[in-house]
Amino acid sequence: MNESASGILDVAVGLAYLVAASLFIVGLKRLSSPRTARRGNLLGAIGMLIAIVATLLNQEIVSFTWIVAGILIGSAIGLWLAKNVKMTSMPQMVALLNGFGGGASQLVAGDEYLRYAAGTISPSLDVQTTIMLSVIIGAITFSGSIIAFAKLQEWVSGKTVVLPGQRFWAFAMFMVMLGIGGWLVIQPADMTLYIALNAIALVMGIFFVMPIGGADMPVVISLLNSYSGLAAAMTGFVLKNNGLIISGALVGASGIILTKIMCDAMNRSLPNVLFGAFAGKTMGGGGPAASAEGKTYRSVGPQDAALLLAYARKVIFVPGYGLAVSQAQHQVREIGEMLQARGIDVSYAIHPVAGRMPGHMNVLLAEANVPYPQLIEMDQINQDFEHTDVAVVIGANDVVNPAARHDKSSPIYGMPILDVDKAQTVVVLKRSMATGFAGIDNELFYDEKTRMLFGDARKSLLAVIQELKNV
Amino acid sequence: MEGLLVSLYVFVLAIFVGFEVISKVPQMLHTPLMSGSNAISGITIVGAVVVAGRVESPVSTVLAVVAVVFAMINVVGGFVVTDRMLQMFKARGDTSK
Repeated sequence: MNESASGILDVAVGLAYLVAASLFIVGLKRLSSPRTARRGNLLGAIGMLIAIVATLLNQEIVSFTWIVAGILIGSAIGLWLAKNVKMTSMPQMVALLNGFGGGASQLVAGDEYLRYAAGTISPSLDVQTTIMLSVIIGAITFSGSIIAFAKLQEWVSGKTVVLPGQRFWAFAMFMVMLGIGGWLVIQPADMTLYIALNAIALVMGIFFVMPIGGADMPVVISLLNSYSGLAAAMTGFVLKNNGLIISGALVGASGIILTKIMCDAMNRSLPNVLFGAFAGKTMGGGGPAASAEGKTYRSVGPQDAALLLAYARKVIFVPGYGLAVSQAQHQVREIGEMLQARGIDVSYAIHPVAGRMPGHMNVLLAEANVPYPQLIEMDQINQDFEHTDVAVVIGANDVVNPAARHDKSSPIYGMPILDVDKAQTVVVLKRSMATGFAGIDNELFYDEKTRMLFGDARKSLLAVIQELKNV
Repeated sequence: MEGLLVSLYVFVLAIFVGFEVISKVPQMLHTPLMSGSNAISGITIVGAVVVAGRVESPVSTVLAVVAVVFAMINVVGGFVVTDRMLQMFKARGDTSK
């Protein structure tokens, strides 16, 4: 190929990346409405295809065998995962995919590092810096996401795990990591140190996610999502590819926005979530169950619950993580439809941090064919509870705890909640009187208008369905 | 260094674009947004393909091929699962599947 033709090819490839990046932006924009979202996602996929095809024209590529093999294997695994994952396991899925993205960035940076370390090309300061950043961010994203996945999958404890001297070691490791990274920028040839850098960054990722408990997962997943974008952008800096930088920056921004929304929804700052002030506070309380003593609650059977629902005029369902655990979304929808057939007004109140990831409940209810206009966000539905006859809380706890409004000593004080306690009657589906994730007792359960329906949510709802048929 | 500066400009401006575009996504679609944007972060595939295409050392090839596999799982898994989720969002109780 002659000089000018190869120049034209380079420009064409560059333009293809620009088209891809534009398609990503338009695609993300279309994700803002359920009507256009599917098309938007497709545009993103087309953008990705264009980017990959353009890359294959890159003249640095001399062998395609391994590329094609890798693409086929990766696509097959990705497709299998995407087709087989249950909607209730979506948080794990996203965590896992995040991890793969981060891992890929770490490896690409590693490959670039090898070239410079081998001395084929003389390193420049900016390239070395971006390689080290890419390795660090990629590795933290990788191991952090894998831990998040394992927690959500319940392979490791979903509870807050505080390692001894956690903060000290995390800080010490962070400083050592920066030190080694800095040294490698100047002296890239030291392979042992490079491997140490990778190892420390991986351990950092584990340290970072391990202490974070289940209910804070929406924040962590959002943050890791942001990291995976930043890792991709860093790879772009390493390879001097603006297409990568733009795409990575978009994802980074998206993750930051979601992280902020999740933190706001819990009225906590990001450092507070990450460094476990929450856990410390409740632990000092001398045992979570202590405050539950001496208070009475009223339990109810499926039959009475069905009667309450059947003679209501307005019913609001409040789903939480317990709904996902017992996979009860289809039963909820069925009851919703039965009630609607009786002319009862039915809606669903969705707290921003209900579940284990942003929008978790919406996806589950959509899977069960609940029409999305019935899913209502917290700010809009809170005024409706006053005029609601029955609010049905399914496996939600902290997001409906009135203590958040008035009890200054409560760890969740100030968190915006769903004002379920303003409804005429509240039916709470729960396994037992055990406290929620945060170990905070919920006064809603002892309210005189609350009825506790104990048992697995799915089984309880199936029993309610049976009873509703007889009413 | 000048190239780095230009890249930095691109990076920062793209973050602002990201903020603008994404702040309008409703809570209802947060999960698909996350998995969809996640798929986009699989753009690292571009870098992985470039390094996998060079023939340098066996170690380098192994790293690169694993990177291609990882990135491709991210890309295909992300887009397909997002599509699967989005097709479930319906305005009315449409039970046809």
